[in-house]
Amino acid sequence: MNSPLNSVVYFQIGPVPITQAILTTWGIMLVLVGAALVLTWRLTLRPGKRQAAIELIVDMLDTQIRETTGAEPAPYRAFIGSLFLFILTANWASLLPGIEPPTAKLETDAALALIVFASVIWFGIRGAGVRGYLRSFAAPNILMIPLNILESVTRVFSMFVRLFGNVMSGVFVIGIVASLAGLLVPIPLMALDLLTGLVQAYIFAVLALVFIAATVEDGQPDAEIPLKKKET
Amino acid sequence: MDYLRLASIVCAAFAVAFGALGPALAEGRAVAAAMDAIARQPEAANTISRTLFVGLAMIETTAIYCLVVALLLLFANPLLT
Repeated sequence: MNSPLNSVVYFQIGPVPITQAILTTWGIMLVLVGAALVLTWRLTLRPGKRQAAIELIVDMLDTQIRETTGAEPAPYRAFIGSLFLFILTANWASLLPGIEPPTAKLETDAALALIVFASVIWFGIRGAGVRGYLRSFAAPNILMIPLNILESVTRVFSMFVRLFGNVMSGVFVIGIVASLAGLLVPIPLMALDLLTGLVQAYIFAVLALVFIAATVEDGQPDAEIPLKKKET
Repeated sequence: MDYLRLASIVCAAFAVAFGALGPALAEGRAVAAAMDAIARQPEAANTISRTLFVGLAMIETTAIYCLVVALLLLFANPLLT
């Protein structure tokens, strides 16, 4: 049986090996960008069916962001929305025969987690300035600085392992069951896998949002009040 | 008989078995508490279920860690290569 920790290399561009996960990622990127371009082709003030459907998605996203952070959704919409849609499409790519979701490989998840790590710094500095961002490490108390620095790394690592473990175990279990009994038996497991994929995409996006919002909030000048309630 | 190989397989099975035990109990308690809260306050169901999902994912991570350790033992064991 193939190890789920290894990747299949298809060909090489110079010194860079191109694996199946990278090809699938490119495909997903093409589909997402193409769909975004086509669906937002001609936006009007009075929406038709197509535009109403997109507005529904964007509105849902905005509501989630507003309820989670309590802030205006505009600065986070693009990042969180693309994160969610990409992971969702990647997880559900397993529906197409012959395609393995790229999130079931270590590299894709590590890259996504690194993006979240960098975006926490970026949004923290943009929302509260460099001083505010540095102050967010001393958030409840100055004694917490080492723990906060440690936490900023470990929480991203746990996001990485969580996404990888969930998606990979789904693919792995379906592979095992399909090799034992190929006809109709894996279907309930695949349905469960769809649910897991949706929940994991949602959780990845929400956790990224919570980390960003916590950093921005802790960096504000009046953040010394220790009784402030934190959401989620 | 290669005892190192045998021990790896047995330990991988134990890691998954006992690693799933704790999170399963914890998730059961979390869902029960959330159900209780929703029954008391149905209007807060949205907030509660969102927090529940995030919390469940956090709890589940411990089980996933065990799974990853088991897979490392089976497929990428540093002692066997």
